[in-house]
Amino acid sequence: MTAAFLFPLFWMMVAGYGIAAAGLVMPTRRLVRAVTAIGSVTGGAAGLTLACLVLWTDASLMLAAPSMLTIAGGWMIRLDRLGALFLALISGVAIPAGVYAASYTASYEDRYSTRWMAFNFGTFLLSMSLVAAAANAVTFLLCWELMAVSSFFLVVTEHDREESVRAGLWYLAMTHAGLLALLGAFFLLGPGDPAVTGWTFEAMRSAAPQLSSSTRNAIFVLALLGFGSKAGMVPFHVWLPRAHPAAPSHVSALMSAAMVKLGIYGLLRIGLDVLGGGPSWWGTLLIVLGAASALTGVLYALVADDLKKLLAYSTVENIGLVLLGVGAGFLFLSLSQPHAAMLAMAAALLHVINHAAFKGTLFLSAGSIVHATGTRDMNLMGGLVTRTPWTAATFLVGAMAIAALPPLNGFVSEWLLFQSFLPGVTSSQAAIAGLLTLGVGALALTGGLAAATFVKAFGISCLAIPRSTEAAHAHESPRSMRFGMVLMAASCPLLAFATIPVLTTITGALAGLGGLAWTAPAFHLGVTLRTPNGMAAMSPAAIGVVLVAALTGIWIVVRVVARPRVRVGDTWGCGRIGQTPRMEYTSTAFAEPLRRVFDQLYRPNEDRAVGVVRPESPYYIQSMTYQTTIHPWFQRTLYDPLIEGVEQVAGWARRMQSGSVNAYLGYIVFVLVVLLVWVIGF
Amino acid sequence: MFNATGVVIEIAQALLGLAVAPALVGLVGWVKARLQNRRGAPIWQPYAELRKLFGKESVVSSNASWVFRTAPYVVFGSTVVVALLVPVLVTPLPFNQVADLFALVYLLMLGTFALALGGLDPGTAFGGMGSSREMTIAALSEPAIALAILSLALGAGSTNLGEIAARTIAHPTVALSPGHILAFAALFIVMLAEAGRLPVDNPATHLELTMIHEAMILEYSGPLLALVEWASWLKLTVFLTLAANLFVPWGLATSLAPSALAIAFVTLLAKLVVLAILLAIFETRVAKLRLFRVPELLAMSFVLGLLAVTSSFSLR
Repeated sequence: MTAAFLFPLFWMMVAGYGIAAAGLVMPTRRLVRAVTAIGSVTGGAAGLTLACLVLWTDASLMLAAPSMLTIAGGWMIRLDRLGALFLALISGVAIPAGVYAASYTASYEDRYSTRWMAFNFGTFLLSMSLVAAAANAVTFLLCWELMAVSSFFLVVTEHDREESVRAGLWYLAMTHAGLLALLGAFFLLGPGDPAVTGWTFEAMRSAAPQLSSSTRNAIFVLALLGFGSKAGMVPFHVWLPRAHPAAPSHVSALMSAAMVKLGIYGLLRIGLDVLGGGPSWWGTLLIVLGAASALTGVLYALVADDLKKLLAYSTVENIGLVLLGVGAGFLFLSLSQPHAAMLAMAAALLHVINHAAFKGTLFLSAGSIVHATGTRDMNLMGGLVTRTPWTAATFLVGAMAIAALPPLNGFVSEWLLFQSFLPGVTSSQAAIAGLLTLGVGALALTGGLAAATFVKAFGISCLAIPRSTEAAHAHESPRSMRFGMVLMAASCPLLAFATIPVLTTITGALAGLGGLAWTAPAFHLGVTLRTPNGMAAMSPAAIGVVLVAALTGIWIVVRVVARPRVRVGDTWGCGRIGQTPRMEYTSTAFAEPLRRVFDQLYRPNEDRAVGVVRPESPYYIQSMTYQTTIHPWFQRTLYDPLIEGVEQVAGWARRMQSGSVNAYLGYIVFVLVVLLVWVIGF
Repeated sequence: MFNATGVVIEIAQALLGLAVAPALVGLVGWVKARLQNRRGAPIWQPYAELRKLFGKESVVSSNASWVFRTAPYVVFGSTVVVALLVPVLVTPLPFNQVADLFALVYLLMLGTFALALGGLDPGTAFGGMGSSREMTIAALSEPAIALAILSLALGAGSTNLGEIAARTIAHPTVALSPGHILAFAALFIVMLAEAGRLPVDNPATHLELTMIHEAMILEYSGPLLALVEWASWLKLTVFLTLAANLFVPWGLATSLAPSALAIAFVTLLAKLVVLAILLAIFETRVAKLRLFRVPELLAMSFVLGLLAVTSSFSLR
């Protein structure tokens, strides 16, 4: 019965995003913004309803147009539960981002074309949604490419700034390198003639068992390269900390919350659904790469002074956490422990959803902060908690959620990730137990460093005295931006409270894929979450209730019994009167102790210049400058030599281009002669 | 055992922790003073301090926002919730199903997070310095805590406190297994760091360059300071209770019979007194570490945790 609703909903989603894209031809700028917002909210709402129907009922959507692009298998859409989970994620972020964009894009109106932006925004949303629903290789790859190109245009919105264009180029290069790997993976996977079999995932799945193990390994590695580079896995994440800060904030929110997750979707679709898991080194590799991404991401987030760059690096970190879960899932699957595998995969997917909620909140709030202060440098912010109370409050919610603090949602998925590693630690194979033990250590260190990072992010940007005049005169954002942020932030406590239904939905979506057990009864449904094999029990909702009750109780008791009186006075300055922002701790200073602890990794360039009054008395210092930059290791060891090599080859090629027409004619004659000799001679 | 009596006992346990915490800190201070040939303040001195602080007004910096004023409540609240969830007298109680050791670690992190923001809010250099250092130590001690929890969980098959304690009661030899002892050592080092004790931080000093916790709360005064101080004392009490009940859980009641509860109460007090004296002796024997030597100590604790896991794995 519900099937009857699916097609209208699907077309409504397409139409909604189409309307958003139609901003391209709207006559006035106001109308462009209105159309973008209305279109993306309609599309998102329709997509979310569609996804929920597929997730919660037996219905599944199937659409095919084999006559289009017959040679490659034709267009084909099929929304199953795994796809629906990601569609729900994309649509859920599209709604607040669309609302937010209604007034946010106004600041771009005078300098950039908001029509072009609206068109790309609509296309971006539509192509992402279709990636999650694609049923065969050609549909998947076309939508994947459309998603990459439309988001590229959004990244280079500020096309007159060199930094944006550079970011765009990095993104374009990385995403196409990834696409190349994906093409390879699909060519190895594709069964028979695409015009006959359609190269659908279904056909691939039934053909997969006949593949040789080396082909399967090659497919997995290629898929890991392609999807990993999109997801922001170390060391292919280099585009991410460049592209996210450059893009407009509602786009950064969507890219970070939804688009990079499609990399995880692809990995699950190919690795788990189509190939059905593999040897144990797949899982091991994923765990190692996940741990590397998590730690690298959080360590660079910690030392970032650019607020949006910090958030971008933290996306790398969270993708690392997700990969840890996915890797543990693959590992347990290869050890034929389907229940433990299900727990790990479910924990990873829960983190995917939770990360979308809090990172969406953080990027939208960061956009509002940047909008209010005109800078992304945290060392020029401060005092926003009183000046922009809504923005600061939503930012705080996001920061607490991402630091995995109870009672918010990040806590639940990180807890579940810890628990999903436990069955492996009790494994009888020492190597696996050791790997997972170190995985737990990496997970814990990441969590601790993330907490430090977000104390810094919120504390330096929103608290204390403003460090610049712009920050001192910051104004709260318009209503629609506030509404978008609050909508997104509200999902954080909500997801924590509704963990159990969400988790049941996730296990429902995963059940049956690659032989994963249907583990609905493995979770003790009720208030308490009990992991399979009864390792541990925890109730996020009850913790939330107890915490809130305790806080309220204490508040009331202190108010009634102690009747605290508050006097507002100056800050204690050791007797010195007056306080300036220069006395405050900065973002750089806050991260300094940890930067020193991990000195070997960062290897910062430090530049001190001390100006003295007289050279013979070095203790009378007149001025002092201190500069420090961190050139990331992956940049230093991996990409710099690569770029240098490419430039060198390009330099040789340039010698041929002398610019003289005679030389070019000479080349033509030379080639003609060679061809003639070849044709006649052989 | 989800019943009303159980819940009442849980709440009573938290209140007991709150009541005992100042005396425990007073005892540590008194023993330390005696060991240093000083007369020392009486054991009940902290109660007098709390009374004094609650009676005073709070001076709040004009630069500070609601975050500064809310942080002490969050610290206090989260620590009280932790005290609610830890088995103090009886195990297992209804709240055993609510949170496990990992959840407790995150709850404590909530307090640390809030207080670090409170330190940054007035915009002083001290506050920022304290927050930055506190978060550094908190971040670096996480992996060691996780591994210590893991090694306890390996034996008990669960990370829930009730199960771990119940298993040690049922199999007394476990308490002497190398994994258990190594995990205790790892957790002990981390506890010193988390509770801001020597050799990581010195709660008795006000020297700018060495303070961590004290620098962070420098701007607090009156009832707000009382809440912060009480919370940190409660945190120490909870840690010592955890150490007592996870590693030497004998005496812990397994039923709600009044006689069992009375025995549990007496043994708990005895264990706490012994632990407090040991802590005082330890603190008199060691010197404070330089800030940048602390990571080495925490790394040592991590290695101990790793060894604990390895030995519980290989001796299983």
